[in-house]
Amino acid sequence: MSDHKTMTLTLIVWRQKSATDPGKFETYTAKNITSHHSFLEMLDCVNEDLINDDKEPIVFDHDCREGICGMCSQVINGKPHGGQERTTVCQLHMRKFKDGDTIYIEPWRARAFPIVKDLIVDRAALDTIIQAGGYTSCHTGGVPDGNAVMIPKPIAEEATDAAECIGCGACVAGCPNGAAMLFTGAKVSQLALLPQGRPEAAARVLKMTAAASDCGFGNCTNHYECGAVCPKGVDVKFIARMNREFLKAQFA
Amino acid sequence: MILDGKCPTGPIEKSWDKHRFDLKLVNPSNKRKYNIIMVGTGLAGAAAAASLGELGYKVQAFCYQDSPRRAHSIAAQGGINAAKNYPSDGDSIMRLMYDTVKGGDFRAREADVWRLSQVSNNIIDQCVAQGVPFARDYAGYLDNRSFGGAQVSRTFYSRGLTGQQLLLGAYSALSRQIKAGTVEMYNRREMLDLVVVDGVARGITVRNLVTGEMESYAADAVCLATGGYVNVFYLSTNAKGCSVTANWAAAKKGAFFANPCYTQIHPTCIPQAGEYQSKLTLMSESLRNDGRIWVPKKKEDVGKLPTQIPDADRDYYLERKYPSFGNLAPRDISSRSAKEACDAGLGVGPGGRGVYLDFEDSIKRLSEDTIRERYGNLFEMYEKITDENGYKRPMRIYPAPHYAMGGLWVDYNLMSNVPGLFVLGEANFSVHGANRLGASALMQGLSDGYFVIPYTIGGYLVTVKPGEVKVDNAEFKKSVDDVKATTNKLLNINGKKTVTEFHRELGKITWNDVGMARSKESLTDAIKKIPELRDEFWQNVKVTGTGADLNQQLENAGRVADFLEFGELMARDALHREESCGGHFRVEHQLPDGEAMRNDADFSYVGAWEFKGNDKEPELHKEPLKFETIHLAVRSYK
Repeated sequence: MSDHKTMTLTLIVWRQKSATDPGKFETYTAKNITSHHSFLEMLDCVNEDLINDDKEPIVFDHDCREGICGMCSQVINGKPHGGQERTTVCQLHMRKFKDGDTIYIEPWRARAFPIVKDLIVDRAALDTIIQAGGYTSCHTGGVPDGNAVMIPKPIAEEATDAAECIGCGACVAGCPNGAAMLFTGAKVSQLALLPQGRPEAAARVLKMTAAASDCGFGNCTNHYECGAVCPKGVDVKFIARMNREFLKAQFA
Repeated sequence: MILDGKCPTGPIEKSWDKHRFDLKLVNPSNKRKYNIIMVGTGLAGAAAAASLGELGYKVQAFCYQDSPRRAHSIAAQGGINAAKNYPSDGDSIMRLMYDTVKGGDFRAREADVWRLSQVSNNIIDQCVAQGVPFARDYAGYLDNRSFGGAQVSRTFYSRGLTGQQLLLGAYSALSRQIKAGTVEMYNRREMLDLVVVDGVARGITVRNLVTGEMESYAADAVCLATGGYVNVFYLSTNAKGCSVTANWAAAKKGAFFANPCYTQIHPTCIPQAGEYQSKLTLMSESLRNDGRIWVPKKKEDVGKLPTQIPDADRDYYLERKYPSFGNLAPRDISSRSAKEACDAGLGVGPGGRGVYLDFEDSIKRLSEDTIRERYGNLFEMYEKITDENGYKRPMRIYPAPHYAMGGLWVDYNLMSNVPGLFVLGEANFSVHGANRLGASALMQGLSDGYFVIPYTIGGYLVTVKPGEVKVDNAEFKKSVDDVKATTNKLLNINGKKTVTEFHRELGKITWNDVGMARSKESLTDAIKKIPELRDEFWQNVKVTGTGADLNQQLENAGRVADFLEFGELMARDALHREESCGGHFRVEHQLPDGEAMRNDADFSYVGAWEFKGNDKEPELHKEPLKFETIHLAVRSYK
């Protein structure tokens, strides 16, 4: 375990009172931060100082703080989730920073994600994409035994790779086009790979991609920024798979 | 009052089938006339909302997060049990029931556990049909692994992401119903009050967390699937937003709170690193399939690098004390053993609060690649948090609050003592007794949501006229006024201490006095200190901002205010229960070898508490427990 030396950092944080407020950057100092603080715990400390100074704390989305709920969503020094490979903001630790560093903190920025307040954005559009077809239309009950349909291990593994998406929206925030292609591609691929998802595969890909366009997400022009910032390492190959499913659906 | 669980009678094997037949049905064309409120969208809530919507009911679902997909069920890693007996290793519905009743230290209702075990198999089928990518073997069949408290392999899993995959399955089913218009979804809403009209649950008051507005919703039945309360310890494995608030609101409106002292302290969590720490992270118990737990035998070795301590100087204490279950001893027993080792000065890491979880032998036996395939994401998470490589040196683990076995009292139909109020999943008390076995929480959440409530709620709804009470009823306005008054009070105290400071202080009291080992002395101390802290909170808390806006400090203040009331009840329940059972360990009641000593003659009952006001003692009601199928026995894992 590394030693507990403390750091002082300068934070330049996006503050915005509401969706209609223009918003601006404010500067704060984070004091007595150790290398074992998580990034959010560092912000907790700054917020405690702000409250004690009668100022409004910085609001940010967070919940599980173990990298799985997908709630946390901050662009740190220009990179969604801070740029550490396969890491959400809540799992980013201050040992990745140095004493005296200046850190820029912003919300997700994308046309489909209006800012609610400070670092919190509205990601309802991702739910809308899933509602358009991100499911198998099975009923509760009346389904066959789990072992009735065999699934080759490599297929199950690949479907799981796609299913690891936590729906945080970093892929959208990282994309110059504000596209949700990796998010949509992951769900389309997961269900297209599995025999249970095949019957609706064609209709699903058409409905989900249409919903993404309607929500104001952009298109894919192969920058691969989405894959680079995905905290779960979801592979951009799933966008290609979605495109293949989309093409097949044209002839279905 | 003696409570009646309304369990079916007759042979246990037929009990659920018989009950389902006895339940009255709601005609399909009448279903759409009924409105059902579902608070919480974790495994239980999402599964229930989806299933009820599909049946034709009108459902309004609520969650405090920005999307129903984020409920904390998502963080469950290891797996879900089912009595499929695919590995042909001796499993059966009866054995799953036996393990669960015994694992719960004979403090659960037999009929509920039978039902859970019976429908466990349907759950796996349901999830597979939804496209949940369970682990498969090379032949393409579903794979299993072992969990604590069982000698069979009955746990289905999807890497270390089982909760996520199951929740996303339920979320997808829910999304389908939202699209179909049968479920209306309300995100970023927190339930702050239950509306009871003439003794019947008729609706809820929620705060819109974005606008700050108080909103009223009326329905023919209210379901709470609002999770557990272990954030009362401040540091726990729960998400930051998990609270007792919805359940406590119901308790203050007359719903009995059952067995609040049954809390689960999970043995395999990453130890606390410092005071600033905001939560503890669990690593799946499945790690104990291949990891060996040990501490140094000699105190002078605790500061050494683990690799410098020879095998002969290591105490593999679970293997030594419980040879037939070894490292897979149940959670309560494993946690207590870790505490004992650390209390004896043999703990490792900061503050001596840690034990080793060592994969060296498994890596030698199976290769590092195999271990990586099984648990890769857990090793990755461990390294991110601790900066240590678990493949190269043993992990350090320590127990942390994880799950609440206690919860609102419900009968066999999952209805509380308040007619029209149903409670699902972790929020109720029913199946885990005094200790929950691993991979059983996911099973219970989905069982309640997919396969129990869709049947049992109909039996209640046929007795009520749909839409009888609307939000213009005076009780709704009164509820909104009350909630607003509390919110304004919090905002106007303008004291000197932050909400988090109070929560941390409460956590220290509950962890030290109502934690892994409790005594009459510690509990009496907690019952004195918690009200003092509560009084100080209402004099001296500082909440910035306003109520007419998104205000996370205000949200937190309300949750901590409720924990400050609930914590006292938890301590009272622990004080009254003069026995040790499962997660409730009273130092006065132990066998000569340090194992928990139950007192079946006096305490074989569910203790359900009626709230009487903060300045008055709560009243205890009892539901006697009968064990007709699984006979009461000393719980031994030796």
